[in-house]
Amino acid sequence: MSSLADNEKLKDDILDIYPAKVARKRKKSIVLNDPGEIPEIQANVRTIPGIITQRGCSYAGCKGVVLGPTRDIINLTHGPIGCGFYSWLTRRNQTRPGTEAGSDENFMTYCFSTDMQDPNIVFGGEKKLKKAVKEAYDTFHPKAIGIFSTCPVGLIGDDVHAVAREMTEELGDCNVFGFSCEGYKGVSQSAGHHIANNQLFKHVIGKGEEKTEGEFKINLLGEYNIGGDAFVLEDIFEKCGITLGATFSGNSTYDQFASSYSADLNCIMCHRSINYVAEMMEEKYGIPWIKVNFIGAESSAKSLRKIADYFGSQKLKDRVEEVIAEEMSAVSAARDEVLPRTEGKSAMLFVGGSRAHHYQDLFTELGMKTLAAGYEFGHRDDYEGRRVIPNIKIDADSRNIEELSVSADPDKYNQRITDEERARLTEERGLEFSDYEGLMPQMEEGTLVIDDLSHYEMEELIKAHKPDVFCAGIKEKYAVQKMGVPLKQLHSYDYGGPYAGFAGAVNFYKDIALMVSSRVWGLVGAPWEKGESLSPVYVESGAPAVTMTE
Amino acid sequence: MRKIAIYGKGGIGKSTTTQNTVAGLAEMGKKVMVVGCDPKADSTRLLLGGLAQKTVLDTLREEGEDVELEDIVKEGYSKTLCTESGGPEPGVGCAGRGIITSINLLEQLGAYEDEEIDFAFYDVLGDVVCGGFAMPIREGKAEEIYIVVSGEMMAMYAANNICKGIVKYADAGGVRLGGLICNSRLVDNEKEMIQELAKKLGTQMLHFVPRENMVQRAEINRKTVIDFAPEHAQADEYRSLAKKMADNELFVIPTPLEIEELEQLLVDYGITA
Repeated sequence: MSSLADNEKLKDDILDIYPAKVARKRKKSIVLNDPGEIPEIQANVRTIPGIITQRGCSYAGCKGVVLGPTRDIINLTHGPIGCGFYSWLTRRNQTRPGTEAGSDENFMTYCFSTDMQDPNIVFGGEKKLKKAVKEAYDTFHPKAIGIFSTCPVGLIGDDVHAVAREMTEELGDCNVFGFSCEGYKGVSQSAGHHIANNQLFKHVIGKGEEKTEGEFKINLLGEYNIGGDAFVLEDIFEKCGITLGATFSGNSTYDQFASSYSADLNCIMCHRSINYVAEMMEEKYGIPWIKVNFIGAESSAKSLRKIADYFGSQKLKDRVEEVIAEEMSAVSAARDEVLPRTEGKSAMLFVGGSRAHHYQDLFTELGMKTLAAGYEFGHRDDYEGRRVIPNIKIDADSRNIEELSVSADPDKYNQRITDEERARLTEERGLEFSDYEGLMPQMEEGTLVIDDLSHYEMEELIKAHKPDVFCAGIKEKYAVQKMGVPLKQLHSYDYGGPYAGFAGAVNFYKDIALMVSSRVWGLVGAPWEKGESLSPVYVESGAPAVTMTE
Repeated sequence: MRKIAIYGKGGIGKSTTTQNTVAGLAEMGKKVMVVGCDPKADSTRLLLGGLAQKTVLDTLREEGEDVELEDIVKEGYSKTLCTESGGPEPGVGCAGRGIITSINLLEQLGAYEDEEIDFAFYDVLGDVVCGGFAMPIREGKAEEIYIVVSGEMMAMYAANNICKGIVKYADAGGVRLGGLICNSRLVDNEKEMIQELAKKLGTQMLHFVPRENMVQRAEINRKTVIDFAPEHAQADEYRSLAKKMADNELFVIPTPLEIEELEQLLVDYGITA
């Protein structure tokens, strides 16, 4: 088994097999970390054709990730049926029925699609789209309908935005808006997140009434309620006396988005997928944002303290400390129980645009070391921190995505915190506004940070380091497990979770302890690994393709 | 059966030239089928005496999969078989995809299996703008290409681009260029210049069709010149073109020009002076 010291050689060996041009490109995305002097990593660039990537498409990022978890916006896919069907509820976003009258609609269990067919491609699909919007409206009378463009829509030039405008006018009491999130836009699903952010900001945020109740009003951004994570966090906020206006977008509603400008602080979980909304809300409404992380018990405590510091109320600070103390007793007990089985073990995380960072906190709490990590669709700022944003090269793929120009709202802008107060909080309490320091400062020197990991690179990493657990998604799961290493899916949680907050941490401790101490993985092995050999023969008529010999 | 596609810049007179030539071939006793590949569906108007044709795509849309050949192929002047792909209205949908769908349907229905047919013509919209419009030259759907051109710069530019398209598919589909047809726009030195262009492209100028108002008059009457004014000199021009096409044996993979070469041609023949 290799040590971190061998990583330089491992990197060279991995690159060695690539053609020269591919090696040159991949070299910039495979970095040996140095938390003291953060190295530059190449990220958010096109995947090289032929490489088995982890990435998804723009449509998946827009519809699946950002808008998917909201229960009362009808998500209508404009495209062939497969796009809609295979993006339907696959992310395990959970939701609760609404408590207020008239807010009990839940359309997440339905799959809406225009079912585009050959004649719609030839003659255009706008008429069919209008009919579908009308049909959805007549059947369900939703407050809002989002139209999501799939690849062919962009190729044939259907104007989903014109249809949306027309239908909004025609229907009167239903907000219809479109997303130009054709799958091929951008280099990964990250483009879809940005497109979703823009349209939410243009068409929904600010359209609702101002909510005045609550002393400490926040929004939680970039939390998608996978496996019930948002439920856990809602409970914590309630215990602390913090009013959660809107979550973007786990367990959320249209009205919550529309009124989200009422909050006094935006807390960002997944920086990658939603920082655009936070930035724009600060410009337009004067709401500052801070980065939080509720994955990991310690991180959850830290994030709650950040919120309390922002509001500055002693009452809130005291309450937050009470809640942390209360929750921590169960956490410590669970941790003490599993620690003998987890301590000293290792993990690799290649997932998402923030999860590969956040979950390292949980592994640290388990006494486990992160040997290598990277994102599927992160940008340089998610690795190196937001300070590099001015130096990120804007390429053609990014230019394809609209940049909204935002200014202060004449009626609704209200600067929540003075510049002096901001500076004081940063100085005295270490509270950083509008900042995310990224994944690299937290990782040990010499660990490998790899963007857009390929399956080949993944296999080489596993062969070299034999991690005790690998964290990725369904596309990697079985390839990794065949190598005798358990894989924890951090998209769907392998049908487990929740893993957020204190209660979630306890769940994670237990699940990981089981995975890393199970002996079943040692029994995984192909016949040839057990000394049996396979000899192939050419297929002739009647002859078996493969014969097996001892 | 010889499968022929006619390309050329938009507005150059592809449909008019095709139908007049087809009339000439029909008059010679040849059995001809014309497949219009233009969403406007006006490639068979002169043979049918109007736009009576229901397009393949409209029929497919209305009848579903249950389409008969008789529904989409109509008999026109001198027993020519006429069919129109059709397509979306301007600015909507994907006309290229429509042509692919339409030609596939014609094949499935056995439109090309009639052994009596001597010539099948594809009259294709404008330049080769996307894959759909290249459909007739892909996969051997058309084997011979003729490009309608004039001495105007953009027409020659388009002809050169079409040649690039032919080169691209020549290996896979076996398509060849049969020649240029000059549809005169009364440009100075037009005939000589197009002959030179043809030479540079490695092909021939099959025929020089002089400009003649009779073509317009016949069109207004929804007829080809051969049908409307069989004694007129212009009718003989088309008869001559039809004969040359029927006898043609020069089929080449063209050698497209660099843009500078093309511009030099215009300078050499005094167009820019």
